[in-house]
Amino acid sequence: MRRAEAVTISVLLAALFGLVFWAVAGALAGAISVVVMVALGATVSFFLRRRFRAWRYLERNEDLIVARGVMVQRLSVVPYGRMQFVEVTAGPVERLFKLSTVKLHTAAAASDARIPGLEQAEAARLRDRLTELGESMAAGM
Amino acid sequence: MTDAGPDAPAPDEGWNRLHPLTPIARVGRLAPALVLLLVVSNIHSKAENGTVETDYLIAITLISAVYGYIHWMVTRWRIEAGTLRIETGLIRKDSRRLPLARIQAVDIVRPFLARLLGVSELRIRLAGSGSTDGKLAYLSEAQAAELRLVLLAGHIDTEAAVSSNTGLPMASVDTGRLLASVFLSLVTIVVIGTVAVLAVLDQFEPKTAAAAAGVLAVYLLSAASVIWRRLSGQYAFIAVEAPEGVRIRRGLLQTISETVPYGRIQAVRQVEPLLWRPFGWCRLEVDVAGATSRNQRGEGTGVVRKAILPVGSQQDSWHLLARLLGAPDPERTAPPGRARLKAPLSYHFLSAGHDSAHAVCVTGRLNRATTWVPLEKTQSVRRVQGPLQRPLGLATVHVDVAGKRTRAEFRDRGLGEADQLVVELTALSRSARLRTPQPSPAADGGAAPSGWYPDPAGRHEQRYWHEGRWTEHVADGGRRSSDPATPAP
Repeated sequence: MRRAEAVTISVLLAALFGLVFWAVAGALAGAISVVVMVALGATVSFFLRRRFRAWRYLERNEDLIVARGVMVQRLSVVPYGRMQFVEVTAGPVERLFKLSTVKLHTAAAASDARIPGLEQAEAARLRDRLTELGESMAAGM
Repeated sequence: MTDAGPDAPAPDEGWNRLHPLTPIARVGRLAPALVLLLVVSNIHSKAENGTVETDYLIAITLISAVYGYIHWMVTRWRIEAGTLRIETGLIRKDSRRLPLARIQAVDIVRPFLARLLGVSELRIRLAGSGSTDGKLAYLSEAQAAELRLVLLAGHIDTEAAVSSNTGLPMASVDTGRLLASVFLSLVTIVVIGTVAVLAVLDQFEPKTAAAAAGVLAVYLLSAASVIWRRLSGQYAFIAVEAPEGVRIRRGLLQTISETVPYGRIQAVRQVEPLLWRPFGWCRLEVDVAGATSRNQRGEGTGVVRKAILPVGSQQDSWHLLARLLGAPDPERTAPPGRARLKAPLSYHFLSAGHDSAHAVCVTGRLNRATTWVPLEKTQSVRRVQGPLQRPLGLATVHVDVAGKRTRAEFRDRGLGEADQLVVELTALSRSARLRTPQPSPAADGGAAPSGWYPDPAGRHEQRYWHEGRWTEHVADGGRRSSDPATPAP
């Protein structure tokens, strides 16, 4: 998802810069700026690809485990009973690719259980399942 | 919109007004700001034309006095059929009913001017919410004390309410120690140092000193106000044991009495600042959760950090801690020696440990902070490994509780240990959570919100409580089933 975003943006920027430089400083400068922008886009999407490959989640009986990160590796264990609400969001680019992000909120600001780039059907399933489990295991603070 | 319902027995009888001196006391709250405004603006106008401007100050005072008077005119309260009803507002009407059965605490606050005028403010908190739900400012002192007893009589027996006024003192802070502790804080030392440097500079280079003073004035003033707030806020601090929690009274000009309910403590922190350590002093803070129920706008809902002992000896602190969390003393271990490379400054403090009910950790570079977290309050367990930790084979395990930055950190543990900790802490948190006796909704006069509570019959883990009675819906380990409820207790 993010990768698609990065690629789209870099292609757009490449075209824009190419045109501008071509008009201002000639064809060679235009070509160079296109190459630079495409290379930048490729690098960014390479890192994003690594980042998204590292993102994984596991639904267990009592809790949800979300692991993510390449440079800083994080692993969160969030019991369903602590869940306050589930949020499903889909940005414009996400909608283009029929994806959405599921986020689990607890009372602690630090516990982050966010799962981006889910197929919409899977996101809906996860949301319903988490809501149901959260309700049946809810515990007070 | 007034919502004077048709059910009210006699809609216009029995209303009480606030104390007639209320408008004056309310305007008085603006006084410090006005004085500051006067000083700041006069520095400017004097420099320009040598006159002192007061017109707009008079205007502000007049406007707020008129506003305060109108507010007093339209505010009224009465007790009707087990609820305290407060109505206020001229343009935007506000009418609230506070069921007496759900009142958890009544705090009496007396700002300086109010004390001079002999009036106090009453703040009422309901069960299941940490914030102030109702406010009556101002009542005469006698009336406030009387009303407090009436309000509390609803569910705590009056005897307990009276004795909570004079309960067993758990800790207090004498003025000398408070002064010394504030003096020995970084802010004070920076302020004194800056002033001293300016004074010396003034001897040799008066012009530079004046310029520097002008630049630094704002910072010095704000630092001084921080110091002042600490001093006046914690003056005459006393913590008293009460049936519903620890009752705190404090304040020099404005006296505040508030309650920290036991069941709502998320974490306890003992902080030992560098400069206090030679004297063996420490500060004890608690994080108290506000809202109990899962509400709509989640994250870190209403968790406040409160000093439960602004400064005290280790014994005082330990005594309080024992009362709050039941003397948790899990064995602590230090992280492996290679962690010294990653955390050279804090390594000598770092240690952490847990038993079946609490996690404890020590962190800090200059200030040593020890945090105790009851595992039944765990919101999530996290393992984080940063780029510096990876080559050393280290990872940090967090036990998060409700709030923005409250957590116990098992910092820089070995990888194997960290993984094991995640598993253990998750399991222990779960069993601690199930073990905790949750308050029965029936005890709350049937006013408790609908939700899952421990099954009173004991046949299942949880049973659903809805609109004042138990339903047949039960749950075990997350699986729902049906079992007819026993007659309501």
